[in-house]
Amino acid sequence: MDILVILENNQGSLHRLSKEAIVAAQKLGKSVTALVMGSDSDKIVGHLTGYDLEKVITVGHDLVSSYNADGYSEVVRQVTESCSPNIIVAGHTYQTRDFMPRVSAKLGVPFIPDIVSLSDQGFIKQVLNAKLNAEMSSTSERLIISFQSAAFSEEELRPGSCSVEAFEATLDASGVRSISEEPFQEEAGDVDLDSAEILVSVGRGIEKEENVPLAFDLAKAMGAEVSASRPVVDSGWVESFRQVGSSGSNVAPKLYFSLGISGAIQHVVGMKGAKNIMAINKDPDAPIFEIADYAVIGDVLEIVPKLTEALDRS
Amino acid sequence: MKIAVLIKQVPGSESTLPMNNSQDWIDEPSVTFVMNPPDNFALEEALLIREKMSEGEVVVVSMGPSRVQKVIREGLAKGADRAIHLEEDGQIEIDPLLIAQRFTDILKEENFDLILTGLQSDDTGMGQTGVLIGEMLGLPTATLAIETDVLDGQIRVKRELESGWFQWVQLPLPASISIQSGLNTPRYPSLKGIMGAKKKEIRTVPNSDLLSGEQAQSMDRIFVPTTSKKTEVIEGDADQVVERIVEILRSDIKVT
Ligand SMILES: Cc1cc2nc3c(=O)[nH]c(=O)nc-3n(C[C@H](O)[C@H](O)[C@H](O)COP(=O)(O)OP(=O)(O)OC[C@H]3O[C@@H](n4cnc5c(N)ncnc54)[C@H](O)[C@@H]3O)c2cc1C
Ligand SMILES: Nc1ncnc2c1ncn2[C@@H]1O[C@H](COP(=O)(O)O)[C@@H](O)[C@H]1O
Repeated sequence: MDILVILENNQGSLHRLSKEAIVAAQKLGKSVTALVMGSDSDKIVGHLTGYDLEKVITVGHDLVSSYNADGYSEVVRQVTESCSPNIIVAGHTYQTRDFMPRVSAKLGVPFIPDIVSLSDQGFIKQVLNAKLNAEMSSTSERLIISFQSAAFSEEELRPGSCSVEAFEATLDASGVRSISEEPFQEEAGDVDLDSAEILVSVGRGIEKEENVPLAFDLAKAMGAEVSASRPVVDSGWVESFRQVGSSGSNVAPKLYFSLGISGAIQHVVGMKGAKNIMAINKDPDAPIFEIADYAVIGDVLEIVPKLTEALDRS
Repeated sequence: MKIAVLIKQVPGSESTLPMNNSQDWIDEPSVTFVMNPPDNFALEEALLIREKMSEGEVVVVSMGPSRVQKVIREGLAKGADRAIHLEEDGQIEIDPLLIAQRFTDILKEENFDLILTGLQSDDTGMGQTGVLIGEMLGLPTATLAIETDVLDGQIRVKRELESGWFQWVQLPLPASISIQSGLNTPRYPSLKGIMGAKKKEIRTVPNSDLLSGEQAQSMDRIFVPTTSKKTEVIEGDADQVVERIVEILRSDIKVT
């Protein structure tokens, strides 16, 4: 098996999921080639030379000095034609979501995304909002796959050596149609989720905006801060700086107390580092219970007011 | 401004999800279906763009068995002008390349200025259809849009990046954009809208007219995930549950 692993260059540092993708690649095949694009690729190459890789290919073309979907997908196409890998591997990052399907369409090669583990027959992927897993496979001779965060541990990276090779991509300015501006961060709120010892986190299970104060009351009784899942923020029920998850904050409190949150991966990546996870959910099969230390099966609207009362009393 | 919005019908987050007999998908007759949540935001964005420009057409497009007529009607009731239904035989489709080719085959005749999709479907979670269609039609693409601004022949899109970062991207039209949830507040259909929807055109493309091709990927089985974590399950009436929680908070976790 020849593997091509596409690395993500975050302004000179290697994306965490790219390291995990290298581990996946090392497990999948004998010969692993890594591809890095963008300015600052030297810095990335500097980190890579200690890993067991066949070689690292760098592409320094001006049109891919910063990320854009047109340029990146075209470079991956050209590198793939040149080194004929059986499998193209990447971390399932937002950047991968943005350009990898273009590579799939350009090459006519299927893309199985967001894999959580390998099985004997194929690839395991979450479906139906993480409530079930599916085993996927493909008959194609060439395949693109991407791995979900924590599918592999970067601690398993096999050390070794690798050579470096520059690849001359042929790119035409007319093929790069989108203009990307500098990334920026929105103004932060006045709440610091990072330093909270306890987070009471509200999910869609709170059912309506009028019920949200129940969570704030409980938080007050516990000396906690309130965080939330995305749909609750999307509905405008709590401020966006309270959102936990892949597009919000990463938190690791002493206690994460989740109220009516299903446990989708995009939420879980932001809170699974909590020392204790307690979750209330009326669905005994909710995926949040897979990572919870304490699984409370019940109705938040019934339990939360009583709990607040009990804590206030004592 | 002619906008296509792809809306998929998926199992609702509250639905039960029993497996079918061959254990390769859920037993669809026992499932409640809804409009894929991000597609609902995509539809709203299309309607807002049409309203802002005070001209144009919004066409909802859905592929699936006859049950998807329900989300199509919902889209029309909310204000889409007409619909296209690509009829499937009821077999779950999971090959994004084939799905995108089928859409492309139908969409290309229409020369849309903008194709909006949800960033990913809640059921299979492939997250690629909109980008695949863009590449197949030779259009620029952007994903995870949380704000759009249509200018003359261009669209500016605010994209969500990871961990609270954002980025503006400008693309020439026509373009294919995938929408992240939360960028607007989807409307509910009005009574007038529901009545009016009955008169709107739904073009049906029969299964036999869909592009055929080989499935390059398959879903072989589904199963309930297992966990190795030790979890204490707390059940009972609310008072018992509360009592146990207080005990845990006090003695085990020591936070109160
Ligand atoms: C690219 C991308 C990025 C994303 N980023 C994020 C992110 O940063 N953060 C995030 O949270 N999500 C994010 N999401 C969304 C994520 O996939 C889920 O859709 C979301 O986390 C679900 O939120 P929820 O659990 O509150 O709602 P749901 O999935 O609707 O779950 C509600 C839960 O409440 C339970 N419930 C209902 N009523 C009650 C009751 N009365 N009592 C007890 N339980 C009840 C239900 O059983 C269910 O489990 C992202 C998705 C994508 C694709
Ligand atoms: N069968 C379908 N019918 C309508 N839209 C679809 C269908 N499949 C995918 N889409 C669109 O493509 C988006 C991404 O889907 P996916 O690539 O399956 O995750 C969805 O949010 C829809 O907008």
